[in-house]
Amino acid sequence: MLIYALKRLSIALLVAVTVSLLTFSMIYLSGDPAMALAGESATQQDIENIRRVYGYDQPIIVQYFNWLANALQGDLGHSHYLKTEVSNVIFARLPVTMTLGACALGFALCLSIPLGVLAAMRPNTLIDRFALTLAVIGQALPSFWFALIMIFLFGVSLRWLPITGSASWMNFIMPSIALGYYVTPAVMRLTRAGMIEVLSSDYIRTARAKGLRPSVVLFKHALRNAIIPVVSLAAVQFGFMLGGSIVIETIFAINGLGQLAWESILRADLPMMQAIVLVLSCFYIVLTFLADLLNAFLDPRIRVS
Amino acid sequence: MAERILEVENLTVDIPVGGGMLHAVQGISFHVDKGETLCIVGESGCGKSLTSLAVMDLLPKKAIRGANKLELGGEDILNAGERRMSDIRGNTMGMIFQEPMTSLNPAYTIGNQMEEALKRHRNVSTREARDRAIYLLEKVGITAAASRLSQYPHQLSGGLRQRVMIAMTLMCGPNLIIADEPTTALDVTIQAQILLLLAELQREFEMGLILITHDLGVVARIADRVAVMYAGQVVEQGTADQVFNRPTHPYTQGLLDCIPIPGKTERNKPLGSIPGIVPSLVGAFHACHFAERCQYAFAECVKGDIDMRPAVEDGHEYRCLLDPETCRANAQKRGVA
Repeated sequence: MLIYALKRLSIALLVAVTVSLLTFSMIYLSGDPAMALAGESATQQDIENIRRVYGYDQPIIVQYFNWLANALQGDLGHSHYLKTEVSNVIFARLPVTMTLGACALGFALCLSIPLGVLAAMRPNTLIDRFALTLAVIGQALPSFWFALIMIFLFGVSLRWLPITGSASWMNFIMPSIALGYYVTPAVMRLTRAGMIEVLSSDYIRTARAKGLRPSVVLFKHALRNAIIPVVSLAAVQFGFMLGGSIVIETIFAINGLGQLAWESILRADLPMMQAIVLVLSCFYIVLTFLADLLNAFLDPRIRVS
Repeated sequence: MAERILEVENLTVDIPVGGGMLHAVQGISFHVDKGETLCIVGESGCGKSLTSLAVMDLLPKKAIRGANKLELGGEDILNAGERRMSDIRGNTMGMIFQEPMTSLNPAYTIGNQMEEALKRHRNVSTREARDRAIYLLEKVGITAAASRLSQYPHQLSGGLRQRVMIAMTLMCGPNLIIADEPTTALDVTIQAQILLLLAELQREFEMGLILITHDLGVVARIADRVAVMYAGQVVEQGTADQVFNRPTHPYTQGLLDCIPIPGKTERNKPLGSIPGIVPSLVGAFHACHFAERCQYAFAECVKGDIDMRPAVEDGHEYRCLLDPETCRANAQKRGVA
């Protein structure tokens, strides 16, 4: 188990290094960063000054390690637009996005796993068709459109839910559904396929031949095995949701990381964008690592060699 | 007379398929007494496995089961209902499957899976269930039993897993064990060990044992009685001595002609084979099922259903129009009697 965890950890670290390299090079995406900062009316002298002040005159490899060392200490740079430390802004916004992401994932799993299990227990019946329809619609609907429809229906017409902000838990209902709904189809279909395969397996027949109660057969023996690939998928989907939150947070005017990313793109606030990409990527890496550990816990074939 | 454990009368299993109804098992009757081993033999697809699943009420959902009588220890289990059946399964009646590699749940330890079988049917503590599991693992010849309990199925070899399956089936001390080709997936050297183990345990615990197999060598060694199945029907049934030494049905004779029997088969004589293939069981079929492949077949054979009829000795019956004397002469001519 320890060897497996260490192996996974080293892979995660490698991915993190790659991500940091890519993120760092973002600053050179738009050409010479000093020139971009100085603006159109700057003299050559201004540009040189900026280059020296921000350290752009040093070799790239030195710049990278300086940047990395700072980032590891929590210093993600300085926002030229907001005139403040990037990390302050990000860590103020992060909890909102994390809450949204967790709620959305929770909603997605609570909807898709029971539906997938039900569909697998009664394949080709009404409930299976219903789940399939839901999956097709979910896959086909763009989340921004779905969000707008919900705003119109529950916010404007029925006036049940607030449509903007992040003041109370009520504010999170619609965004969580809009964000989570998008990942439901994949998780549900995988749960269904996994359950159908497991339910027809020999060890389920053995469990029934032992006279075990149907609920024990279903949850202890079948779901435990069928859920293993779902865990990996859920982690990947959570990564997609972090990206999707840019759209959803903008629509619902939620003051989270997603909206910050959107604003920073509009303002060409490169250090801020850089930091957001880095933070979200790290979350994704940590999550994948945790999913691997959870899988090892669920499947002894991974854990015990 | 010995205590009757299982009584099956006119068992049928039908499976709806694309082109109609597949009559997989067609009116099978047999019984098992306490401490008795009944072997059901026959080639692949003849309905052996479905018969055993039908007795356990573990048939696939779409299969339709019918019978005149299905009694376990005098209790009607034909109309028992799922709730009662789940109390019986693993308790008074257990089953061992042919795929030891996949028949244990990969996510749980051997101990967990063995203990839950006992805890489901008896009000025992984990400690007691654990002790019982260790006792039975030792019984089935597994060394260091206590440490095995915390192992997972993938850490054991196929032979060990099948021993675990056998031990698990014995947890509640069943009266009847159905073993559906328990050794097919194992190495030849392990096969004999497992079967002798089964026979030994069956004697020690005085259980009824139904052994389903297509390995006649095995049957000859451990069976008390034998039922030969062909294309969904029992074509011959009797004691092991009767079926092996005085085979009556042409199919049984053909089967025995295919295997070398020490002291009986002549040296350098080529082994026999049965030409043709098993008939399709889809749709109604009123004729001798074996007629197409039978060297003794005549016109009457395909003009209606053939019933079981008694052979010369008590308890020996077969499904053929030829009279016992003619069959006897045929068997001697083929060198199988």
